[in-house]
Amino acid sequence: MLRKIALWIDERLYVSKLYASTAGHSVPANAESWFYVFGSGTLLCFIIQVVTGTCLAFVYTPSATEAYTSLEYLNYQQSLGWLLRAIHYWGSNFMVGIMILHLTQVFLFGAFKYPREMTWISGVVLLLCTLGMAFTGQVLRFDQDAYWGLGIGAAMMGRVPVVGPNLVHLMLAGPIIAGETLSRFFTLHVFIIPGTIIALVSLHLRLVLTKGINEYPVPGKRVEKETYAEEYERLIKKEGVPFFPKAISKDLVFSGLVTLGILGCALYFGPEGPHGVPDPTQINTVPKPDFFFLWLYAVLALLPDYLETILILTVPVIAIGFLFALPFISGTGEKSARRRPVAVLSVIVIFLALGTFNYLGTYAPWSPKMSAWSGEATPFKYVKGRSPLELRGALVFQSKQCRNCHSLDGSGGLRGPALDGVATRLTSDQLVRQVIQGGGNMPAYGKNLSPAEVDAIVAFMQTLHEPNDSPARDTTAPENSGDKGKETATVRR
Amino acid sequence: MVVKEPDVVVKEPESKSIGVTEGELVQLVRNRPSRRAFLFKLGAALNVVAASLMGIPVIGFVFSSFRSKGPSESWIGLGALDSFPVGQTRLATYRNPYTRPWDGPTADIPCWVRRIEGEKFQVFAINCTHLGCPVRWFQESHLFMCPCHGGAFYEDGSHASGPPPRGLYEYQYKVERGQLLVRGGILPTLSEPL
Repeated sequence: MLRKIALWIDERLYVSKLYASTAGHSVPANAESWFYVFGSGTLLCFIIQVVTGTCLAFVYTPSATEAYTSLEYLNYQQSLGWLLRAIHYWGSNFMVGIMILHLTQVFLFGAFKYPREMTWISGVVLLLCTLGMAFTGQVLRFDQDAYWGLGIGAAMMGRVPVVGPNLVHLMLAGPIIAGETLSRFFTLHVFIIPGTIIALVSLHLRLVLTKGINEYPVPGKRVEKETYAEEYERLIKKEGVPFFPKAISKDLVFSGLVTLGILGCALYFGPEGPHGVPDPTQINTVPKPDFFFLWLYAVLALLPDYLETILILTVPVIAIGFLFALPFISGTGEKSARRRPVAVLSVIVIFLALGTFNYLGTYAPWSPKMSAWSGEATPFKYVKGRSPLELRGALVFQSKQCRNCHSLDGSGGLRGPALDGVATRLTSDQLVRQVIQGGGNMPAYGKNLSPAEVDAIVAFMQTLHEPNDSPARDTTAPENSGDKGKETATVRR
Repeated sequence: MVVKEPDVVVKEPESKSIGVTEGELVQLVRNRPSRRAFLFKLGAALNVVAASLMGIPVIGFVFSSFRSKGPSESWIGLGALDSFPVGQTRLATYRNPYTRPWDGPTADIPCWVRRIEGEKFQVFAINCTHLGCPVRWFQESHLFMCPCHGGAFYEDGSHASGPPPRGLYEYQYKVERGQLLVRGGILPTLSEPL
């Protein structure tokens, strides 16, 4: 009887035929590898994002007046709202992370080569969509970071020649960040981009079915357009295994770990933000992007200014263009990473660069430390036993906010050099010049310091060296500057 | 292949009455404008026209920023002259001239007002010219510093150090009946400064 019912259902719904053509399709046995789990992992994250995102949309209000309040409501009033927000946040982090692993694996395994060009290209678009989701999602967490993040986006758009203002208006839905901007990003985050992702994932998976999953590359086995399809078919016939229930096992283990990882992080770290009401008049804020864009934040601080606009406008186009062009540049030949040194080297360089920039982004050494002058005292060892003039200099040094950029004994800003041993590097004349005229990325303080203050500050800085280090000497007039240095050193002893 | 098709075609009465051999018949029927072919073409053309007509407002709506804009800037009061002491730089806020009821706190925009002397002012946008972060004024060192990428500006708004490509954006201002007014309403960017 049960069998009859099952057969009836199968006949009406074509379950077994569907199975044979989708989950049951044959994959090369060697593709049953731990390296092949990242695609399904990314898809799993996307599903988690759709489910939790839908839940959040039950409560979230995409209005500039109410968005912040509704996020606070989700955090503190709505039952389990904090956990759903946390899962959604950590789900996005995992999704970006696993997607990058997937991209790297596919690149290193040569899976973009013939005949899977379109699989790769649809994947690149999915990568862009996912980064788009990450940025728009950060905006929906409508707080100070979101507000100023939009400002940064607009400032970058504003650098485009000719249509810059139009693009800014298009992005912000008006001449300025306001209520309609949030509505626009809500539409992108909830309708346009996810819809595109669903369509593209369908295409991506369909291509995986029709073109087959990439076999585990063997060094020395080259892809040739004439023979590849035949060889792949032979491989499948000889040692093909059905994806479900055989090859899926490692994906299943990984998916379980990912889900537990997201849940664990969400429970342990909790939801992200919102940080501060999106009120632009609250200007004492240090806007920072989420980790996916920290590297960009760092790059924008470190680029030489004359290159900045050119690089902002061209590098994304070139980088994305290169990703699209890759299967056409290198569509055949070796697949194995063991025979592709340039590919391996590029991956290492890109990862090191992004990792370094992201790390720098976490503590932003290029930004002045806004409260150092009022919050971090002059170290005791630099005021002990100093002359009145030097003490006055220490006071000026502190009150003129030099500490915001210069550190003493490890505390203070990192924008400018640490001044602990400055007396060994600059003579008094050089110090005077540097303070008055600035230069080397330091503002000139000439208009803002009286001659007496300059004297005091320079006297203070000349005491900044280790007891036994000799002070800097002027090579053109060694005696003068040497004398002055000795004098200070004597006074101190 | 050819053998099968005539079976269907021959069933149509008109074709029979013409009385030609099979091969010719296929040719004949294919070349004749049928009602079906006409309807297909008509339907396709109709849909193209209809879709374009419906697409125009949709695209126009989405890309309205590329069409001529209504006014977005206007003169807004920042407060009485007395509230800005000579020789000092103070934070002032104004409400966007064109707001929606749901703009919430985003409708209030801050700016820095420097009163040089008498009725001579400089009113700076809050946005750093590098990437739009809010600059802060430091009275003691007479500098504006940006918290994002380390840009710094002198008290007259000119570039002091860091990555910004130009000095701070300056609002147009005027003094009317003891009030300071600025022309505001847009987010200043490099391609559309104030």
